[in-house]
Amino acid sequence: MSSKIYDFSTLTGSIDAALNSWMSPGLAVLSEMVIIGLLFLTFYALLGLFLVYLERKVCAVIQNRVGPNRVGKWGLLQTIADLIKLLMKELIPIRKADHLLFLIAPFIVIIASFMAMGAVPFAKGLHVLDFNIGVFYVMAVSSLGVVGILIAGWSSNSKYSLIGAMRSGAQIVSYELSVGLSLMAIVVFSGTMSLSGIIESQADGWWIFKGHIPAFVAFIVFLIASTAEINRGPFDLAEAESELTAGFHTEYSGIKFAFFFLAEYINMFIVAALGATVFLGGWMPFHIGNWEGFNQVMDYIPSIVWFFAKTFFIIYVIMWFKWTFPRLRIDQLLTLEWKFLLPISMVNILLIAFLVMMHWHF
Amino acid sequence: MESESLILFFIIALVLVGGAIIFATLAAPKSFNPAKSEPYECGIPSEGPAWIQFNVGYYLFAIIYLIFDVETVFLFPWAVVMGEIGIRAFIEIIIFFFVLGLGLLYAWKKGALKWV
Repeated sequence: MSSKIYDFSTLTGSIDAALNSWMSPGLAVLSEMVIIGLLFLTFYALLGLFLVYLERKVCAVIQNRVGPNRVGKWGLLQTIADLIKLLMKELIPIRKADHLLFLIAPFIVIIASFMAMGAVPFAKGLHVLDFNIGVFYVMAVSSLGVVGILIAGWSSNSKYSLIGAMRSGAQIVSYELSVGLSLMAIVVFSGTMSLSGIIESQADGWWIFKGHIPAFVAFIVFLIASTAEINRGPFDLAEAESELTAGFHTEYSGIKFAFFFLAEYINMFIVAALGATVFLGGWMPFHIGNWEGFNQVMDYIPSIVWFFAKTFFIIYVIMWFKWTFPRLRIDQLLTLEWKFLLPISMVNILLIAFLVMMHWHF
Repeated sequence: MESESLILFFIIALVLVGGAIIFATLAAPKSFNPAKSEPYECGIPSEGPAWIQFNVGYYLFAIIYLIFDVETVFLFPWAVVMGEIGIRAFIEIIIFFFVLGLGLLYAWKKGALKWV
């Protein structure tokens, strides 16, 4: 089964063997870490730039505009120009701010998103942190970002920042429950929390198809809750431009502001990758049960292409939300979570447990 | 790679943010103006500090969240073994969710889920 899919662990394994034959084991591990670190750093920066570009283009398409088109071909270099501009901007010190916390906040936000991205399975065998509690790990680490947001809002000593941070705290904290419960739905189905284990369990069909209606409900709940979790779309109360200037990062300037911006986009990628992995099979090609011929044809498309196609599909949906829905009020937001999504996902878990108990799923 | 690379990701993030901030402080132009370092408040001079006592509207939500989040932590091990154990795990989780649902209903009726 699925023998045609290229396994990246043969590549990484041969690099590992070559490094170990050239130098001592300790040095080999060190150089592997340097290689992985540089690759991730490059990928992280490029992904951030590309997502900002993509957002502006998607927004332009929805609003019937052209979007960035001056710098480079189709405006592709626009975000790089923006990055250089932000790097050369003055970092304005706020006189009354808590300077240490003010400095620490962007570090925490970026560290949380970086550590969560390490657990994303990009392709077969291309998976840096493959824990047996993968789903739980990603949820735990990515929610650390809210600490950075609260610190940023508090330390700025500005009213807008403080209100933005408080809203963001209430929102992220609430919606995390629904994210957790909707991911748990698939954990019940697959019986494992490791991300690679969940992908392997989808070799004969993705959970969104195999899991009947409850899996689909869980996917919808996950989409809504994760959009709220990353402070985007109709749920961007924490930085509601029209009322709070920029919310929790009002006082940040230059590259420090850019890091909050970057972390927001990377978090969007992380939740999209997590949703694609758990519900849509990650790098697993589109397989239907025992249709051997069909499955083998699908295997010719590389696993990394499948992963990025699904992830960017979810990213596009999240961007679509942002540019078509009006922003919610804070009480509507909390009502949606506590009185609708939470009861729905609890009942959904019970339904799924019943399905699994009766072995009614495929 | 094994889980020791967890520390690696921590270090890369530190290097990325630290390096960029150091570069920006060195490369960026600087000008001094007392008005510039005031907290922003629509252009008028800011009125008092933001560090005052005010009603934190999400206080009750945070407490309810704490209860439900701990519950999620308990549920994850259950979710992993649900398929193996079968009927006993199912009955147990019904009781668990019944108690939890009563808790949510109580908070709802008491008006804890209302933003004030």
